[in-house]
This record gives sequence, C-alpha cells and structure tokens, in this order.
Amino acid sequence: MEPHRHNEKCREVFALLSQYLDVELPAEVCQQIETHIAGCGPCVEFTESLRKTVELCRQYSPAGPPAPIGEAARMRLLDAYKTMLEARQA
Amino acid sequence: MEIRSREQEAELAKQLMAGRPDAFDRFVDYFGSKIFHYSRMMCGHREDAEEVAQETLLKVFESAERLREPGNVKSWIFSIARNECLMKRRKSVFAPARELSLDEFLPVRSGDGEQVRLEIADWSALPDALALQSEMRAQLERSIQQLPETYKSVLLLRDVEGLSTEETAAILDVTGETVRTRLHRARLAVRKDLDEYLRAAGGKREDHGTASAQ
Repeated sequence: MEPHRHNEKCREVFALLSQYLDVELPAEVCQQIETHIAGCGPCVEFTESLRKTVELCRQYSPAGPPAPIGEAARMRLLDAYKTMLEARQA
Repeated sequence: MEIRSREQEAELAKQLMAGRPDAFDRFVDYFGSKIFHYSRMMCGHREDAEEVAQETLLKVFESAERLREPGNVKSWIFSIARNECLMKRRKSVFAPARELSLDEFLPVRSGDGEQVRLEIADWSALPDALALQSEMRAQLERSIQQLPETYKSVLLLRDVEGLSTEETAAILDVTGETVRTRLHRARLAVRKDLDEYLRAAGGKREDHGTASAQ
C-alpha cells in the first residue's frame, strides 16, 4: 500500500467522520468508509476517540445549581402564565 | 418524574398548556435550568445567564399561543434563548469570529507504510460512562467552553441538548450544511483537547490507564 494514497483516503474519512457517526451519509459512502477503516489501524483508533468524544458530550449535564429562578422572578413568570391560560380559555 | 426524552418534554409542554397544577413549576425548573446552563456556556457570565433564563421563560409564557406543536417546544425555547443571549453579548461587535479549520485537527502520524501510528492517547481504556468522573467532566466543560461561539452553540444544541440538524439550523438561522460543518469541527476540537488532557494525565499517573501507548 502506498503511504501517500493511504493518507489521502484517511483524510477523506476524517472529513466525513461526524456525519458517519451520526448516520447521515448515503449507504454507499458509509460502506466505503467502513471498508477503509477495517483495514486502517490509525483510522480505527481515531474514529473510536471521536465516537467517545461525542458520547461524552451527549452524556454531559452541566454541574451547578439546578434552579436559577428566584422567588420574585418566579412570581412574575406565574403572572404571565396565568394571563396566558386566561387568554386561552376566553 | 425525571425528564429524559423529547417525548417527555413535549408531554410537559402539553400539561403546561392544559393548566395542570404542577406543570408550571416543573416547566420552569426543567427548562429554566437548561436555558441557564446553555446561556452560561454561551455568555460566560452567571448573572447574564440567570437573566436570559428568566427573560426567555417570560417570553415563552407571553407568546405560548404560538406553540401549536408541543413536540417543538424545546427548539422554540432555544430559539428565544439564543436571541436573548445575543442581546446580552458583552464582547465587542468588532471582535473577529475565529474559524476552525479541519487541518488543525488532523492527528500527528508517526512511522510510515503499514507501521503508521497516531500520536494520540489510548482512548480504548476510557469507559463510555463518565458521568461520575468529575475531573473528566470538568475538563469536558472547559473544552466546550473554549470553543469559538459559533461552534459552541452548535455542539451544545446538537450533542448536549439532542436537537436535530434541522432544528439547530433553524435556531441559529444557518443552513443544515453549516451545522454539520461546525459540529464536526467543534467535536474535533473537543476531541483534541480531551486527548491532550488524557495524555498529560496518563503521563503523570501510569495506573490511570489512559497513557499514550505510542
């Protein structure tokens, strides 16, 4: 295998990797990517690291106080909510 | 009941519109918290984020008659929140937006031919469920935080909030193609940042199991 050509294919895969992981690519393009990855150790490794990154982002829930809405603000919101409900019932 | 899915969010919106007794508090707590965290990451200021959460919810209640489809509640709320964030922006309007290019995230390769290796951390040692590893969580937050604004908003909406490409495009007023491009670069930037963190952590602690194998 010529290193240069191999590199080029890796770059193509690299550019499409998020869409591949999100299953947003046409089936034939997915197939081409899978065929390349199956025979390319570096791409296997890189794809796995990106897949885990996406997984971490999806699991990420920010730390910190869950209820930033204070009492005064909540009353103001409740007034707006009641007005909205009344308007709907009218 | 803890809300975990888009269906449950839509159900909460339905209950709110129907005037169910506890729906108001649950709605305010759930979406108030989501908007607050999104805005804190986008604005960088806690006070701004609190105001954005309040103003967004107020606009939601004032114009709730526009919510015809409860399934769209989340993208509708984030559209309002995004506009509120823009109005809070303290940065100079003349500050140039930083663009991320694909090339800056290409991993460094060593060796040649069949022996090519990547100079990256050993991610296989990293479990998928990292919820409880607070150090890693904090690092992830820092990595997301330092993304340029246009990339950060896409990653937060697509990956953290689970909105679709189309919903994210509508919220940010860009094309789906732009969302895909920015999402990929944002993920690559976060990946690179986490990789550096893992390599540094592995270098310091051999028992961590995440040292670069190269």
